[in-house]
Amino acid sequence: MGSTNSTLSKIPNAGDLMQETGFSPAHIVRLYDRYKALDKDKKGHLCPQDFGAIKELAMNPISDRIIGAFFSSGQEVLDFPSFVRILAHFRPVDKNRPKDPNSPEHINSRSNKLKFIFQLYDQDKDGKISRQELLQVLRTMLEKQVTEEQLESIADRTIQEADLDRDDAISFDEFRKNSLWCPSRSIKCRATD
Amino acid sequence: MLICTWLLLVCSVGETAADLYVKGASVPPEPSRTPSRSSPEEYGNPGSAVARSAEAPAPTAEDGASPRHGGGYRIVQWEWSYVQTPYIIALWLLVASVAKILFHFSQRFTTLVPESCVLILLGLVLGGIVLFASKKQLYQLDPGLFFLFLLPTIVGDAGYFMPARLFFDNLGAILMYAVVGTLWNAFCTGFCLYGVKLAGVIDDRVEAGLMDFLLFGALISAVDPVAVIAVFEEVHVNEMLFIIVFGESLLNDAVTVVLYKVYISFVEVGPGNVHTADYFKGVVSFLVVSLGGTLVGLVFAMILAFVTRFTKRVRIMEPLLVFLLVYLAYLTAELFSLSAILSMTFCGLGCNKYVEANISQKSRTTVKYTMKTLASIAETIIFIFLGISAVDKSKWAWDTGLIVCTLIFIFVFRAIGVAGQTWILNKFRLVPLDKIDQVVMSYGGLRGAVAFALVVLLDGGQVKAKDYFVAATIVVVFFTVMFQGLTIKPLVTWLKVPRSTNRKPTVNEEIHERAFDHILAAVEDIAGLNGYHHWRDKWEHFDRNYLSKMLMRKSVYGKSELWEACQKINIRDAISVIDQGGNVLTSARLSLPSMVSRASFPEVTNVTNYLRENGSGVCLDLQAIDTNPGAKVEEETETHRVLAGNLYKPRRRYQAHYSRHFMTVRDQERQEREVFQRNMRSRLESFKSTQYKRHKKDRSQKKRKGSDAKEQDANDKPRRNVSWHDKDPVVVPLESEEEMGEHSEKEEDVGIVFVARKTSETPKERPSSVSAALEVCQSPSVAPPSPTCGEKNLPWKGGVGVLPPCVSVEATKIIPVDLQQAWNQSISSLESLSSPPVPQEPQHPRVSALSRLGGPLRPAAAGQGGSGTGPTPLTSRQFQFPGGKEEEESALSLHLQEVQPLMSSMRPPSSTTQIPGKRRNPRMYLRSLVTTPPSAREPKSRGPTQL
Repeated sequence: MGSTNSTLSKIPNAGDLMQETGFSPAHIVRLYDRYKALDKDKKGHLCPQDFGAIKELAMNPISDRIIGAFFSSGQEVLDFPSFVRILAHFRPVDKNRPKDPNSPEHINSRSNKLKFIFQLYDQDKDGKISRQELLQVLRTMLEKQVTEEQLESIADRTIQEADLDRDDAISFDEFRKNSLWCPSRSIKCRATD
Repeated sequence: MLICTWLLLVCSVGETAADLYVKGASVPPEPSRTPSRSSPEEYGNPGSAVARSAEAPAPTAEDGASPRHGGGYRIVQWEWSYVQTPYIIALWLLVASVAKILFHFSQRFTTLVPESCVLILLGLVLGGIVLFASKKQLYQLDPGLFFLFLLPTIVGDAGYFMPARLFFDNLGAILMYAVVGTLWNAFCTGFCLYGVKLAGVIDDRVEAGLMDFLLFGALISAVDPVAVIAVFEEVHVNEMLFIIVFGESLLNDAVTVVLYKVYISFVEVGPGNVHTADYFKGVVSFLVVSLGGTLVGLVFAMILAFVTRFTKRVRIMEPLLVFLLVYLAYLTAELFSLSAILSMTFCGLGCNKYVEANISQKSRTTVKYTMKTLASIAETIIFIFLGISAVDKSKWAWDTGLIVCTLIFIFVFRAIGVAGQTWILNKFRLVPLDKIDQVVMSYGGLRGAVAFALVVLLDGGQVKAKDYFVAATIVVVFFTVMFQGLTIKPLVTWLKVPRSTNRKPTVNEEIHERAFDHILAAVEDIAGLNGYHHWRDKWEHFDRNYLSKMLMRKSVYGKSELWEACQKINIRDAISVIDQGGNVLTSARLSLPSMVSRASFPEVTNVTNYLRENGSGVCLDLQAIDTNPGAKVEEETETHRVLAGNLYKPRRRYQAHYSRHFMTVRDQERQEREVFQRNMRSRLESFKSTQYKRHKKDRSQKKRKGSDAKEQDANDKPRRNVSWHDKDPVVVPLESEEEMGEHSEKEEDVGIVFVARKTSETPKERPSSVSAALEVCQSPSVAPPSPTCGEKNLPWKGGVGVLPPCVSVEATKIIPVDLQQAWNQSISSLESLSSPPVPQEPQHPRVSALSRLGGPLRPAAAGQGGSGTGPTPLTSRQFQFPGGKEEEESALSLHLQEVQPLMSSMRPPSSTTQIPGKRRNPRMYLRSLVTTPPSAREPKSRGPTQL
């Protein structure tokens, strides 16, 4: 993957990033290579078009949302630290890491992972997945496979199932409670190897 | 517990005694008839009953004929030899089933002792009895029988219902354990036994060289699928652990087969003549056997999926096709001496998705049920026969050294192997296998019938120590299955191994899981590595674009899995609600059926319930019901459903049409009628929708769900109004034949449709309106709307054209069950009478014409009849007062006269009508309703007297 001529020393703030995200030096180097490979125009940052150029990603039905999650705060550019930070969500939870009660939760903690995914649903950032938002996600994921009525029925059903406080929307708490199906499977990914 | 065992034994003994008695009794008459068959050896011929089945028919056919020509005519003939083989097989199956039933009587006992242990014990006892009675062991686990019949049923079941996702998620670990682990076990056990032999621990009588020990090590080292399923299914460890051990036991077959064959050939040619090339041949052979087996399986999976694309008109063949092709995959692999287990596993694994999508709901149920039954009985028989085989002392020779060493080595090397491999695997696994998992995995390395069958297959001439090996294998199998099987449960509890959660994913989880998959694949893409998710994503893409297109029929190809999953969950909830007796329906708890059902209905995952859920003809839309605010309406809905479910059966039961090939009733006339009714209703419905400004959502589901039309509530929550006109009935006659087929297909699968309508009645109106509300829709596929003014009085409209049986609330008395039979008959006779036009329709031409027009017009009539004097459908009047109408059809009155006296005596005073505010126990109430024969609705009961 990419050129391997980068070294840790070339990467700005590598030490801080490692500290913050828990990636190993090899991981950081790898990600930096990837980052540079994605940045085709050598402009020093990534923009949504760079992600759009990834061929495999084009097949992904919800790629827009995922790309959107990288550019969360309305910015059009993504620098390397943010890139790493977002990918750090997907690091496996490591049990051995000493838990410092004072420090904030690790970026790859369970609830942070869920939060990240929750944001993919919650486009208007009001802290709730409304019926409309759920419908949008379903529509993109299911493409043409189902009719609108079926979509609506699934959405209704989903909300009804998860909605504990009966506000016809799924809050983050409700979301978290309802996605715990198989703990070993629900969230896992190695960002790097 | 003890009593249960005792019962079981007594029963089994009885069975065997009967069996033996039959055999003993069969001997005397035979010499007189056909002396050739009289020799006891023929009976005492050891080997399994099934093995003889091949040669049995030929001689017995002529034998059966000859005595008839000879000794004149005999009224009763003893034809034991003719039926012997199937009879014995059937008896064995019976013994096995009864043993299983008895075993499961005691809940406490079953939680403590695994079934396999009890079955082996039972086998020991049975074998002892047979041995004692006939001085010779008649039965033993015959390798041919085992590999050709018993094993495939178990593996087929395992492969077909293997959770594919879980399997592939853990494929790396499974392959590692299956290949490396088995090789490690085999070599280490073999070499160490040889070393121990050289050291003199094993007696000199055991004439075995290095090759013999390696051979023995190969066959004894493989973890056995049958034993693993039997034990682990009862232990309920978490899915990941189970799939790893179980997958290993299936996939190690290739290793075992190859090692076994290679060593046998080495033993044959002698260790000295083995060249280096032969070892490489062994490796090549392993690749061929495993990959070839997999390939055969996948090819058959493709064939099977492809064939089921075209079975739409011959639904009845679907289950058979599944069995046949999966079995053929096994046999074909055996034919080319490839790994049959691998072949069958991958055939089941590969075809499942497409086949399940292609075949009908009923076929799915059938496949599932039959596979489970066969696998269960095969498993039972295997364990019983293992027990029986162990009794026969002539087959084995004991050597303590060999046995003890084997046991120790197996256990030790399994533990070391698991630890070592897990250590390597954990470097790559995201979810590491911790110590506890490793302990369970090592301890769960059960050996079983495969090893036994393989050791019995050995050639005693080539392998001198065969008898010793047999003994060692038997002990190992017994030890692992019985001791480890018995103790693994306490061990798992003690170690606090995470158990499997006995629940199905909710809709939320289904959705989120798919979203996670997409996200992870995307992140892998962004991070630029081609990991597991990347490839899985690619595969799914390929599958969706090519494979599914080719292997799924058009009607299901477009359907989304998520939608299907959602449907399934809906249906499951519905079933569970019904299973809880309907009480929930009346309580407020119903508002969240999914929660309730999941909390209080944990056994959904077991087969029976799952079958029920898939096999049920009742489809109802819980979403609609559970948003229902009024408890009264819910209750009535339930009432209505029970009535609909129970009362329209006669119409089906007495179909005049019989076909071996189609289970659908292709009753042209009725279809036309229904089409017409549907047309009318849809028109009225559209009319209504303009009148009542209601938010309407048609759900044109593939499965027709229970339709539920409700009035818009004050709180203006959008309600589903799903129903019968969702299939655009007006164009039905114009539809192509193809689509008509689809229609009937759907109708076949979805039996009952009903409409629940929230009534706006006031308590005062209750008596009459409720009785009317209980009217039953008799039409199987058309749910009646009643949009007009009559709705108030008649919340549920029957398909009047087909004679709605009416059940009154007043008639809620206990009625003899056989009355229902009479009632059914009368309905069916009425039905046949009602379809021909006018002449047989009595009196009131107007009403009868109305009723023939179908449901939609009914409300008008009912509206007029609201005063109690207006014309009501004559048909329902007919069975209420047959006695008063002798001038009517004689056929009708014939039936009805039987019913009538009882009915009249049973008709309760109107004071027994329900008190509006009071809630009865709905279940009791409903039950009484169901068994209630037709009785008058109140207005109608007055009708005849006025007429």
